[in-house]
Amino acid sequence: MDDAAIDGYARALFEVARADGTLDEVEDELFRFARAYESNDSLRSTLSDRSIPAGKRQAIVEDLLGATATTTTVQLVSMVVGSGRSRDLTAIIDALVQRASAAKDLEVAEVRTAVELSEDQQSRLRAALANATGKQVNLKIIVDPSVIGGLVATVGDVVIDGTVRTRVEQLKARL
Amino acid sequence: MIAQLAAMLPRVDWELDEQGVTSAHPFFPPVWEIALQSIATLTIVAILVKFAGPAIKRYYSERTERIQNDMDSAAEARRAAEVEAEQVRSSLGDVDAERTRMLAEANEQVAALLAEGRVRIDEEVAALHGRAESEIASWANRSGDELRGEISVHASRAVDVVVAESVDDSLAQQLIEDFISRVGAGQSPVQGG
Repeated sequence: MDDAAIDGYARALFEVARADGTLDEVEDELFRFARAYESNDSLRSTLSDRSIPAGKRQAIVEDLLGATATTTTVQLVSMVVGSGRSRDLTAIIDALVQRASAAKDLEVAEVRTAVELSEDQQSRLRAALANATGKQVNLKIIVDPSVIGGLVATVGDVVIDGTVRTRVEQLKARL
Repeated sequence: MIAQLAAMLPRVDWELDEQGVTSAHPFFPPVWEIALQSIATLTIVAILVKFAGPAIKRYYSERTERIQNDMDSAAEARRAAEVEAEQVRSSLGDVDAERTRMLAEANEQVAALLAEGRVRIDEEVAALHGRAESEIASWANRSGDELRGEISVHASRAVDVVVAESVDDSLAQQLIEDFISRVGAGQSPVQGG
């Protein structure tokens, strides 16, 4: 799917969530779902499989998100899957997050960490990234055990990497 | 004609003995017969000289010439044979010198070949030595590289395990705090773009 179509879907989802008054919550839920979706091959291939009826794929989405996400989030994801755009789901959600952040004059800061961050840590990290990049950031935390320890933050084109994984890779390269 | 000739001859009455044999001389014919025979002989000789003489003379002349030619040819052949014999003798004389020269030349060639062979063998031995040394060095380096590679692989696996086991909750929190502090202070750990 081309960028215009992805942007079209993202704009539509954005407008629905904003009209519903749950933009922040929906955006956050969608972001988390997108990260889970892109890291789970089985889920990705199942939702992208056109041989499975659209209704069945939408039922899978509702089973997965129904108990933990808002109704708007479930309906939006279900709508994208039902329209046969599952392969572009991650790109659509990322575009939605960008759009939502831009609407608030924020830059998306994707942070990967091995463990959950407390509210205090998130707040201080937000301030630190704002100080480092000169931009107010919309923090998106992804818990990723593969980083082993530390954090890696991506703000636009800037990557600030303080993970143990990177240090280990550097050490391995030196070996 | 014979009858006319007989008529011209004097008539002779032969006296025969009781046995019917003439009393003439047992060895010599009568004189008239000798004279008659002589005339006939001279006539025949004159005819022969007149008519067959030139042909006979020509035959003998040609024969003489042929014999002379044969003799000349034989003499020429003899001279040629003598020249050839001289050449053979001369060649035989040269054979010894040629054989000596060839033997000397062969000896020189053999000596040159031996010298060249020794040089080539020395060079090949030196090349083999060099190649063997470089292969030994290469094997040693390769073994060293393989050893270093294996050490790196094991070290990498060990690093993964040791580091993963070393990062407990408190260290994880400390790393997060350290990251926040350093980014906040403008000392970003690793930056890219």
